Amino acid sequence: MTDAIRAEGLVKRFKGTTALDGVDLVARAGAVLGVLGPNGSGKTTTVRILATLLTPDGGHATVGGHDVVRAPHEVRRTIGLTGQYAAVDQDLTGTQNLVLIARLLGHSRAGARARAAELLARFSLSDAADRPAKTYSGGMRRRLDLAASLVGRPTLLYLDEPTTGLDPHSRNELWDVVRGLVDDGVTVLLTTQYLEEADQLADDIVVLDHGKVISRGTPDELKARAGAQVLQVQPLHAGELERVGGIVEQVTGSEVRTGERTASASVTDPSVMPEVVRRLDDAGISVSELNLRKPSLDEVFLALTGRPAEDTTGGADGAAPAERTHA
Amino acid sequence: MSTATTAEPREQAAAAPPAPRLTPAVAVRHGGLLAWRSLLKIKRNPEEILGLTFMPLMFVALFVFVFGQAMMGDWQAYRDFIIPGIAAQSVIFATIGTGVALNTDIEKGIFDRFRSLPIARSAPLVGAILGDLVRYGLTVIAVLVVAALIGYRPEGGVLGVVAAGAVVMLFAFALCWLSAFMGLLLRTPMAVNIFGSVWMFPLTFGASTFVDPDDMPSWMGAFAKVNPVTHVTDTMRGLMEGGPVAVPLMWTLVWVAVLIGVFFPLATRAYKRRA
Repeated sequence: MTDAIRAEGLVKRFKGTTALDGVDLVARAGAVLGVLGPNGSGKTTTVRILATLLTPDGGHATVGGHDVVRAPHEVRRTIGLTGQYAAVDQDLTGTQNLVLIARLLGHSRAGARARAAELLARFSLSDAADRPAKTYSGGMRRRLDLAASLVGRPTLLYLDEPTTGLDPHSRNELWDVVRGLVDDGVTVLLTTQYLEEADQLADDIVVLDHGKVISRGTPDELKARAGAQVLQVQPLHAGELERVGGIVEQVTGSEVRTGERTASASVTDPSVMPEVVRRLDDAGISVSELNLRKPSLDEVFLALTGRPAEDTTGGADGAAPAERTHA
Repeated sequence: MSTATTAEPREQAAAAPPAPRLTPAVAVRHGGLLAWRSLLKIKRNPEEILGLTFMPLMFVALFVFVFGQAMMGDWQAYRDFIIPGIAAQSVIFATIGTGVALNTDIEKGIFDRFRSLPIARSAPLVGAILGDLVRYGLTVIAVLVVAALIGYRPEGGVLGVVAAGAVVMLFAFALCWLSAFMGLLLRTPMAVNIFGSVWMFPLTFGASTFVDPDDMPSWMGAFAKVNPVTHVTDTMRGLMEGGPVAVPLMWTLVWVAVLIGVFFPLATRAYKRRA
């Protein structure tokens, strides 16, 4: 099967800064490609080029077999775009927003209304169909935005930080919606600065940093690439956490991170596990949880870039101006 | 119409069939649909219309009753003199709204949505401007209604008033491309508003709107005489109150042609480039 997206050596410069510095990526048809990176890493620029909203300064890309620069109109027929903040008209109702797009895409008046009603029902917005979008909650607006991007039945969907600024409940709802779309055969390109989101949804992940791809692979491959596994111990009594940390450090010989209730450390040799158990037993410490697991994507990012991902984002909340103005 | 025939997702997966050609007729239809959107927004925000008409109403009241007597010794005579000018001024001020609305759409990401759809590239711009023409029309009507309420009875009758309205709408249509250009060039809606207002004042006051340019200091009068707002106002005055029409109308048309000739391509280009 043809790849849904092929991008090679994309370069984009804005007044003195290089936003993209030779980005290659491939999205397999029917899969979810996660583009992961902190703010300013070039995620949105990549999406905007692939959505024909920006012209690259170098490199080239095809979407559904069409060149984004030479055949933008064909590309636009294949894609749906959901931006970083909800790009629906706040003054129009849910129905009006969708009818407008359906009419623009050539539906008849009746056909447009039917398509709008169908999408509103699918995204649990039927009850709010005739209310202006500005009265919607953040999660509802995001769903309406997603519905708007699906009016033309795109085979490829760009989700640019779809859950930024959403509460955990709305985030989970949106994840379910995305999974449903993938089940329908839609290819998804998802950008996110949430490592958990990429882990949850993506089949393949590309990690961007400063406009460059610094790593790529499946979530599991990325985790394996960080090298070590992580040993995590949670004592039954929180007061014993410090002693647990000491034991783990002695046995593994690596730096111990202590959270609120757990101590964890990278290990290269899984055989340290029985040793840790023995030492804890000797010390008379009861343990409520002890496991050896692959590192989380947070830890992967730390390993890849030498700094934690979340710390560099400058606040996920600030990225949604639409949310700010219509709280 | 043709995009409605889009195949179901899976069949279309790898290579979509070539997109239908965007004929001028399709582009016009798209523009019309987006104008419909602007009109829905007017309906949704009646306060915006109130804001749009409030200033003209204040201007009518204040200028007629505060300055009228002093200016012409007779407020009714001054009323008859300035109503065409205030109608022109109000519409010209209203054109700032075009740039502000475009800028807001860009900032909110709504333009990205439109630009990512397989529709005519010009449609969002054309739609916004067509929709705004309705707003301008409402502004003119508001001024005329208030004028009628305080006893204004134009010599030119209904025909004269309609003709004057058509002239000022044509000028506004030309001027809104300048506003659109600014809306696409500047960063924020606030900047568009401020920048727009700043030069609107000299343009609408340094004209024959409220005072005959011959009564101004010579340099000001010279500016007023070449100011397009003077030509528009004089044309409207001629049509509504009697007086020469041909010469100011000719100059108005020249200005309309110049404004469109310069700012239509600039706005279209800025629109295509705006990231």
